[in-house]
Amino acid sequence: MAILYENLLNITWQMVVMWIIGGVLIYLAIAKDMEPSLLLPIGFGTILVNLPMTGAVEPLGQLFDAGIATELFPLILFIGIGAMCDFSPLLSNPKLMLFGAAAQFGIFFTLCLASVFFDLRDAASIAIIGAADGPTSIVVAMKLGSKYLGPIMVAAYSYMSLVPIIQPPVIKLLTTKKERMIRMEYVERKVSRKTRILFPIIITAIAGLIAPASVALVGFLMFGNLIRECGVLNSLSETAQKVLANLITIFLGITIAMRMQADEFLSYQTLLIIGLGLIAFIFDTAGGVLFAKFMNLFLKPGKKINPMIGAAGISAFPMSGRVIHKMALKEDKENFILMQAMGVNASGQIASVIAGGLILSFFSNLIVGG
Amino acid sequence: MLNFLRGAMLAVEPMNFVANLKYMGLGMLGIFIVMGVIIGVTLLTNTIFSRGDEEEEDN
Repeated sequence: MAILYENLLNITWQMVVMWIIGGVLIYLAIAKDMEPSLLLPIGFGTILVNLPMTGAVEPLGQLFDAGIATELFPLILFIGIGAMCDFSPLLSNPKLMLFGAAAQFGIFFTLCLASVFFDLRDAASIAIIGAADGPTSIVVAMKLGSKYLGPIMVAAYSYMSLVPIIQPPVIKLLTTKKERMIRMEYVERKVSRKTRILFPIIITAIAGLIAPASVALVGFLMFGNLIRECGVLNSLSETAQKVLANLITIFLGITIAMRMQADEFLSYQTLLIIGLGLIAFIFDTAGGVLFAKFMNLFLKPGKKINPMIGAAGISAFPMSGRVIHKMALKEDKENFILMQAMGVNASGQIASVIAGGLILSFFSNLIVGG
Repeated sequence: MLNFLRGAMLAVEPMNFVANLKYMGLGMLGIFIVMGVIIGVTLLTNTIFSRGDEEEEDN
């Protein structure tokens, strides 16, 4: 009879707190539709690894070693993300890429801020939450050997889903109503098939030559995009976008929960990481908006940029672009800046990966096994 | 709770913010350079292949 209840005596308050956290993540995924494909597996996995004497840690540990420690899961997921990305709005107006660069400001600002509380290895891993890009966060945190992969992932995916809540107040704070009502003419320029095919190859080559540490991330993203754009691999493109991405997402979420064990997760550092992640998102948004305002100083009336599109330069695609479009419509029902916002948002995908590569280049001496 | 706060206070190194500002400068400079190169090459590719497309259409 004792065998039925003796394990109950192994329950600790820390485990109970982790069950509650797991439950909250599952609730947010189901009831609030916040990144359900990742928060739900992470939430369930959190409960799973925090049961007393749990037998789940060993198989999940093997999955972790095989898929995350080797960075295979995030890189393979990038093939799917690349296949989903349509860079046409960006290719028809390449100058929009400047906003993608400006909106990475939060990453580098947070790096400085996080270094006040953490060593550089962890500070750089925390800063990359501002990339708004889960796979990049995993790769950077794993390469740098951060102890805080669990909190970093929870913060990254939670804030990605909170973009509609985080960005609007920051944008409103930094812009006037008049600026938010600026209309931008959209001239649809035809992008040739050759350009769309060459683009992923060129980006990979440039990233490889200038920021070699980013080439795995950029290369897998662009490989997925090449499959999409080449026009002769439609079934592979469809598989990468749906089956492959879904399969990896299932394993990724539940495997990350390996790092959600109470003894690792319940610390003041977790709270700090969650706070710093929010700061990274806020300063990304501010960086993009302020850069657009700066550019407007040099542009003639009629050619001015709606500064809100600068905020779409984060990697949360297509959510950020849609948020900006909705904000513009709220200010002026006939102001359509969706294409420009989506172009900037697509550039954020590329810029965030390059920012991750730059961080790895800066701290190459800290790379585990490097 | 007190230990929790004490632990947080002990780890604070405010001067690290200033010391690491160089990474902020280098990072932003680096990302603008890379994106600038990508913009240049994309504009060039657009120009070359839009001409090619026009010629194909003319033929």
